[in-house]
Amino acid sequence: MSLLLLLSGTSTPVFAGSEDVVVENAWSRASIGVNRPGAAYMTVRNTGEDTVTLTGLTTPLAMMPEIHETKTNAEGVSSMAPAGEITIEPGQSVALKPGGLHAMLMKLQNPMIEGETFPLTLTFSDGGEVTVEVPILGIAARGPES
Amino acid sequence: MQRRHVVQYGAAGVGAVALMLGVGWWRVDGPGAPKPAGQRPLPLSAMDFRLTDHEGNEVGPETLIGRPTMVFFGFTYCPDVCPTTLSDISGWLEDLGNEAAQMNVVFITVDPARDTVEAMAEYVGYFHPAIRGWTGPANQIARAAEGFRASYERVPTEGGDYTMNHTASVFLFDAKGELVTMIDYHEPREFAVPKIRRALTEYVEGAT
Repeated sequence: MSLLLLLSGTSTPVFAGSEDVVVENAWSRASIGVNRPGAAYMTVRNTGEDTVTLTGLTTPLAMMPEIHETKTNAEGVSSMAPAGEITIEPGQSVALKPGGLHAMLMKLQNPMIEGETFPLTLTFSDGGEVTVEVPILGIAARGPES
Repeated sequence: MQRRHVVQYGAAGVGAVALMLGVGWWRVDGPGAPKPAGQRPLPLSAMDFRLTDHEGNEVGPETLIGRPTMVFFGFTYCPDVCPTTLSDISGWLEDLGNEAAQMNVVFITVDPARDTVEAMAEYVGYFHPAIRGWTGPANQIARAAEGFRASYERVPTEGGDYTMNHTASVFLFDAKGELVTMIDYHEPREFAVPKIRRALTEYVEGAT
């Protein structure tokens, strides 16, 4: 069943909320080899009527994918920390974008090569999953269109 | 009895951790410790550090005097902020076109342990050709950061690796090496190019 879900890229309707999650504008940057962590960005939209909570990520590309948040303080010092669970109210969306929330891909299993894609599965507190194919853009990419 | 052992080991453990933290502070955070807000970077002429650029040339603050300069700190193992800053800067330089050719643009690593000359060369190669990558011994990186009033700190990650917190602002100097302004990470990026033009204009006015 889980294999089917992964292949179809949709969640099953027995869950409360996550079947109404839509992932848009996913993109990532190519990596140099596998020693440096990668990052992926996207918009996660809750089109349903139930609050959903994004609890984690899985991908065959990285052993430790995790949602992190970059913060920059008043002195201009940027820091990064795990973001924990992310709650998305009905009709709302959360943007994973450069300099803020992002999917940090630690312990890459393969280099991220420009022009390829990789599957990224978002897991939700209701047990549902949403899998998205993330395009890999150039190292100097600035957004989903570049 | 059992509990007393635990307490003793616990105290020893705390002592060891405190010692490690102390050593870590001294080596990483001492010179690069966060400065009180409002501390302006020194003029380039008042800085003193010796680094190596990504082509193996010996460089220092004096290398930058004579042309307007853009400097920022980061590290190549940085997944989010640094590639974003480097691609933003690449975009600004494209907007400036030929004017960009009059500038020094320097990316100084705060992670010299991993960012060798070769690593810097490979990394900057993916961005605008004007961007130079500088690295060097940890003590010289610390002296550079001190001059710019930049701070950085090593932070362990769950995976057993580490990441770096660091000043993400971009520093702009005129051709004489005086600070013109800074571009903060959170600033709307459309403000950046006019600020860079200001540094270039001061260069034009200062030209003899």
